[in-house]
Amino acid sequence: MAATKKKSRQFRKSFQLTMLALPAIIVIFIFSYIPMAGVFIAFKNINYEQGIFHSPWIGFDNFKFFFTSNDAWLVVRNTLGYNIVSIVVGTLLAIIFAILLNEIISRKALKVYQTVFFFPYFFSWVIIAYMAYSFIGPYGILTRFIEDLGFTSFDFYTETWIWPFLLSFINIWKGLGYISIIFYAGILGISQEYFEAAAIDGASKYQIIRKITIPLIMPLITIMTLLSVGKIFYSDFGLFFFVPREVGQLYPVTQVIDTYVYRMLRQSGDIGMSSAVGLFQSLMGFIIVLISNYLVKKVNDDNKLF
Amino acid sequence: MSFRRTLPQILIHLLLILFGISCIIPLISIISISLSDENSIIQNGYSFVPQGFNFSSYAYVLYKPLQLLSALKTSLIVSIVGTLISLIITAGIAYVLSREDYKYKSSLSFYVFFTMLFNGGLVPTYMLISKYLHLKNTIWVLILPYLAIPWFILLLRSFMQKIPHSIIESCMIDGASELRIFFKIILPLAKPGLATIGLFIVLQYWNDWWLSLLYIEKESLVPLQYMLYRMINNIEFLTSSTNAMPPGMNTSIIPAETARMAMAILAAGPMLVVFPFFQKYFVKGLTVGAVKG
Repeated sequence: MAATKKKSRQFRKSFQLTMLALPAIIVIFIFSYIPMAGVFIAFKNINYEQGIFHSPWIGFDNFKFFFTSNDAWLVVRNTLGYNIVSIVVGTLLAIIFAILLNEIISRKALKVYQTVFFFPYFFSWVIIAYMAYSFIGPYGILTRFIEDLGFTSFDFYTETWIWPFLLSFINIWKGLGYISIIFYAGILGISQEYFEAAAIDGASKYQIIRKITIPLIMPLITIMTLLSVGKIFYSDFGLFFFVPREVGQLYPVTQVIDTYVYRMLRQSGDIGMSSAVGLFQSLMGFIIVLISNYLVKKVNDDNKLF
Repeated sequence: MSFRRTLPQILIHLLLILFGISCIIPLISIISISLSDENSIIQNGYSFVPQGFNFSSYAYVLYKPLQLLSALKTSLIVSIVGTLISLIITAGIAYVLSREDYKYKSSLSFYVFFTMLFNGGLVPTYMLISKYLHLKNTIWVLILPYLAIPWFILLLRSFMQKIPHSIIESCMIDGASELRIFFKIILPLAKPGLATIGLFIVLQYWNDWWLSLLYIEKESLVPLQYMLYRMINNIEFLTSSTNAMPPGMNTSIIPAETARMAMAILAAGPMLVVFPFFQKYFVKGLTVGAVKG
């Protein structure tokens, strides 16, 4: 009797909790899981008369089409290139900034830095495109500066070579403050005893950073890096779409998988092929994160993501 | 303090100040451009200090602000309604995931977490929303897709895990239902967490141009960010009619360059005003949130 009563209470408890989670479960189901089921579009030759369910199956033709085109290498190279640069350089700079923030003595200055460093995070990519334009547009501050140096009519939007640097810079700049603060928060979480013990033993600042600070925030660094690595086949669409202002001449260095899929869907309306590229992107991202998580797990089990 | 100890401090400050300046200067430059005189801009190019000082760009932007007002209205509705609904939905599932004694905790975690690793991609989502849900050109398409963002769920969950389980237990002994515990006990206790995640969500909605880029063609539903995007190349989007010049302004020059920047300020402004109020929670939120999922 008591057992069944307990059981029914147990049931009521998990039922009520499930009800609390239900709205989110439904939203996630509709906007994340149903589209997952839609990946079959990639294997079809979609035409509007027959609709997506009745269009003929064509196997891997959409993929073949993409990979034999020149675009495939280009967009994959750009996507991976920009991401690798921003993961490596961005993470290193963020660690350095976090350590420097931790060295700051003045509480007031610290507060100002924390506020200011967040600014870029608060701007949408559209606003950042305007900011970039105020520097590199035809009337831009940088443009005029370069012209004053003696280059007549310098135009950033035709100089292909400059864009990899420019986009990497903006990309790292936007996230740097945010990631630095996350790492800094991680350092704050380290028990003060470690630092005191090290100081008593006569360790130098440099030794403390190398032997205590960095090893102790390593799990955090690994998780943040793993999360970025999992997104290595994805790009910030806004950065690559708005900042170069859709100048076609710059596509060889600004086109990434995301903008490519969008443009293919919007401009040529090639549903089958754009979803094939999208599926390739999703699958690669998934595989990469599984592999890197496995490797991290092998080196140090505590640092794994899942 | 000796020189040997202050020197590193100075160097550190110098480096951090340098980056700090780089964070502010783009904002300063668009503010000063928006206040500048259009003619001198065209002659001298942009600069960090305003050339001349007038509000004609703002006068131009705000003279017949129908477009602007409708964009502002859309952005406001989406941000406010979206944030309120999203916050309650996110809090609901985050709380359930924070409960160690919830029977389906691990499978539900997986259900949420998996969507961060794998997704169907743009095309199936686009087809679903436009062809099957018929949400295109409705205000709901700007709200619904962001109602339950996995990353925010995980962040809020780590907040709620900090709430001592004994509080929940004592409420249960008193016979309170789970729903009652959630609304009467958990939500008030999780206020700092809710403030942080709420800010993230507001920011997500206010700064979004992606959903409108894909699903909005109706002029009356264009939000601020998307309107701003369309103005990057074409200031005419701002004023549908050409005679929209304020009286007394030289009609031969449309202050295109300065008005564009004035618009950017108007779109970025509200977030910059809100930001300081949340700053306290924001940093704290990251501190707590930065634990593993």
